Amino acid sequence: MADRELAPAALRRSSRRLSKGWYKFSRNRLSVVGLAIIIVISLAAIFAPYITPYPSHAGPYANFKESSQPPSAKHLFGTDTVGRDVFSRVIFGYRYSLMLAVVVISLSAPPGILLGLIAGYYQRTKLETVIMRITDIFLAVPPLILALAITALLTPNITNQMMAVSLMWWPWYCRLVYAITASLRNEYFVVEAELTGARKAHILLRSILPNCVGPILTKVTLDMGFVITLGASLSFIGLGVQPPKPGLGTMVADGAKRLPAEWWMTIFPALAIVLVILAFNLVGDGLRDMFAVEEI
Amino acid sequence: MIKYILQRLLQAIVILVGLSLLIFFIARVVPGDPARVALGSLATKEQVQRLRAELHLDKPFPVQYYFWLRGVARGDLGISLYTRRPVIQDLNDYLPATLELVFFCFLITLVVGQVTGVLAGYFRNSWFDALSRLISYGGIATPPFAVAIFLLFIFSNLLGLTPAVGRISMTLSPPPRITGFFVFDSLITGRLGLALNALSHILLPAVSLAIANLAQESRVTRSSIVDNLQKDYVAAHTVYGIPRRSIIFKYLLKPSMIPTVSIMGLDIAFIIANAFLVELVFMWPGFARYAVTVMLNKDLNAIVAVVLVIGVAFAVVNVLVDIVVSFLDPRIRLRGREE
Repeated sequence: MADRELAPAALRRSSRRLSKGWYKFSRNRLSVVGLAIIIVISLAAIFAPYITPYPSHAGPYANFKESSQPPSAKHLFGTDTVGRDVFSRVIFGYRYSLMLAVVVISLSAPPGILLGLIAGYYQRTKLETVIMRITDIFLAVPPLILALAITALLTPNITNQMMAVSLMWWPWYCRLVYAITASLRNEYFVVEAELTGARKAHILLRSILPNCVGPILTKVTLDMGFVITLGASLSFIGLGVQPPKPGLGTMVADGAKRLPAEWWMTIFPALAIVLVILAFNLVGDGLRDMFAVEEI
Repeated sequence: MIKYILQRLLQAIVILVGLSLLIFFIARVVPGDPARVALGSLATKEQVQRLRAELHLDKPFPVQYYFWLRGVARGDLGISLYTRRPVIQDLNDYLPATLELVFFCFLITLVVGQVTGVLAGYFRNSWFDALSRLISYGGIATPPFAVAIFLLFIFSNLLGLTPAVGRISMTLSPPPRITGFFVFDSLITGRLGLALNALSHILLPAVSLAIANLAQESRVTRSSIVDNLQKDYVAAHTVYGIPRRSIIFKYLLKPSMIPTVSIMGLDIAFIIANAFLVELVFMWPGFARYAVTVMLNKDLNAIVAVVLVIGVAFAVVNVLVDIVVSFLDPRIRLRGREE
């Protein structure tokens, strides 16, 4: 309630914080470049059906007259073995990659954050032990392996891939938020909130959670890159986006068989993966600088 | 110290039991009958039923887990439905190739990562520092299978410097198995040519696998060196007139290695996972292809074994890392003694 009455002042404060944040973020030129790349790629992926030269090539299209053409003005990245435009397929491939990353993080971050808050707040209780030991179990094998096992046991497709990766991803958020919460547990503002009789939900979500926002946002950005890598890796093995849909990892794997003569089929999709991951890493670094208080 | 290690070991065992339960559970709740998959669609109902009984699949979940655990205690991981051989025998065949790869990857990461990190920290803000930062960014952003493909394309296909696939050339016969590592086995049996051949085959896969961790390692070592350079004891040594070089190598290297070594423990999980992909690119006859095949064939015993082997490797390396770190950092080593 109080918040709403103070809205204009709060708004001004948050807009000032935003411009200060942008100033800190933009001091790192590379981060701005990364952000620009992400915006361009996202827009291209969203509007892929309208902006790609050959949208129909993202599906079961074949034209053997045009097969295995090297890069040219007509086909920027060349064509694949059945004559589909590699450039168009790469842009559509970004769609699946970004969708995977967004879905996985929106599915796995909230429960991870909540469990981390609870485990960090209820320290030295059974609750903490149970949550953190389960987290340890999930972190005891690389996410790729378990995601691989789950996707393979179910039917390999993009939905199952999203489910499997999401199932593997929450422990990372849990551990991050747990560490921050544990360090804040006995700070005065938390104790004060307890003494005034605030509900636990209020303490966790309104007193502690805002202090985790910086690290969480940084992690989300870096994780976009990691999840895209993981998704591409699964597709590379053949457990992700199924043909004829264009997955970046699938394209790299299929093209690798044609190395070295028809190099464009694999090298361009591989470079496309590198570009998007690099961009998210650059932005993640910028965010880290932005939220870092002690560093000057 | 010993108490600390035992504690860590106990923790690791608890986690591994949990992991086995988790993967066991996942493998059995998914739809589809593994016995049916193993026998194919032509098998009769009776045959499927017999296999289900053999695998205890017709019994409740806790009973299945009990039978499995009893087997593990006897060193029996069950029969692979896909290869029709004991899983332990399959692992014995495929694991050494992967271990050799991971070993060389570790070696490259540690040596190159330390050296470039120390140099970048020492010559801070020089062209070398800038170059290593640039390469690190690229290394961190490139998935290992992409690195593998780039390296394969450049060094094997374009330049023809290294062989493209396999552990040794097709015309050569492998060395007798002593350690399971081709490079060492050929050296032990005195076949230098074969060792070099094996080395040239493992170079690209190992580098592909190493690059991501190497980049990170190098950055961490650099910032650690830079941090430690500003410590009082370094200033004191400088005032005493101790040459800068010996300050770095004699006093600075050890504390600066602590974060690097800790990270390597966490990295091992990713190295093993990435080995899966790198092996596929270089047709390395290791664990990865076996693992992918059994996963695709819903081969229950083999899947559980594969995941557990990785879990065990991860746990063992992390206990080792804890031991190494405690030797590097006297504060951890001595803490136990004070208590």
